[in-house]
Amino acid sequence: MATVELRFSALPEHVRTARLVAAAVARRAGVDEAVLDEVRLAVGEACSRAVGLHRSAGIDSPVRVVLSEEEKKFSIEVGDEAPQGPAGSGVPPARTGAATHPDPERLPEEPSGEDEMGLAVISGLVDDVEVTSDDQGGVIRMSWPTNPDSGTS
Amino acid sequence: MDLSLSTRNVSGPSGDRTVVEVGGEIDVYTAPKLREQLVELVNDGSYHLVVDMEGVDFLDSTGLGVLVGGLKRVRAHEGSLRLVCNQERILKIFRITGLTKVFPIHTSVEEAVAAED
Repeated sequence: MATVELRFSALPEHVRTARLVAAAVARRAGVDEAVLDEVRLAVGEACSRAVGLHRSAGIDSPVRVVLSEEEKKFSIEVGDEAPQGPAGSGVPPARTGAATHPDPERLPEEPSGEDEMGLAVISGLVDDVEVTSDDQGGVIRMSWPTNPDSGTS
Repeated sequence: MDLSLSTRNVSGPSGDRTVVEVGGEIDVYTAPKLREQLVELVNDGSYHLVVDMEGVDFLDSTGLGVLVGGLKRVRAHEGSLRLVCNQERILKIFRITGLTKVFPIHTSVEEAVAAED
């Protein structure tokens, strides 16, 4: 199991760096080329959300991204240190994917509803995703299958 | 890659349209620039906007939020906001969020400019 870990200050300008690193490691791990766009987008959404949570809570510590190459999958964990309470408030109760009746008047606009829309994008993109949070912070775990023959290890 | 923005006015059969050509990456860092541009256009009285996204390499939910914000602003003035996009990876983001039902999405600037409101 090979792992790359990244920690960055909770600033929007560093989210792109996290996307690029995640896509590069995913490619190396053998994630299908057609799926790399999804990896890039999902990790960007997770990092943007973590940056937003740190900034709104005034947390100075960095956002943590762990990229793990496992036997048949590639997994990403994005961790924040924003306490969200034991019930996981702030996380939508249902990972609904596509909204069935979008009404622009009720859609999230910047910056308040980004969190919700970001999670909706992640849920729509990634089959294997888990969002957890407690009083220490939150973690988004995502994984994608890999093809061992296509990696460059 | 950073975000690039340029605007031009075009006269169509339904009236004047302002085309906003966007290039590069729209994410949590660059989206505020797009928001400022859209707010400025509406404040200056441009209520019929066509956002050309053919040069966009990356779009995330922050960018979607800015576009939704733009739509709300023009609608407050009986205006319109149409998108031009043929890129599957960008269209996919509109589909999974259900926003294809909210934004008129066209295959060319000409088609968007000619569309009747």
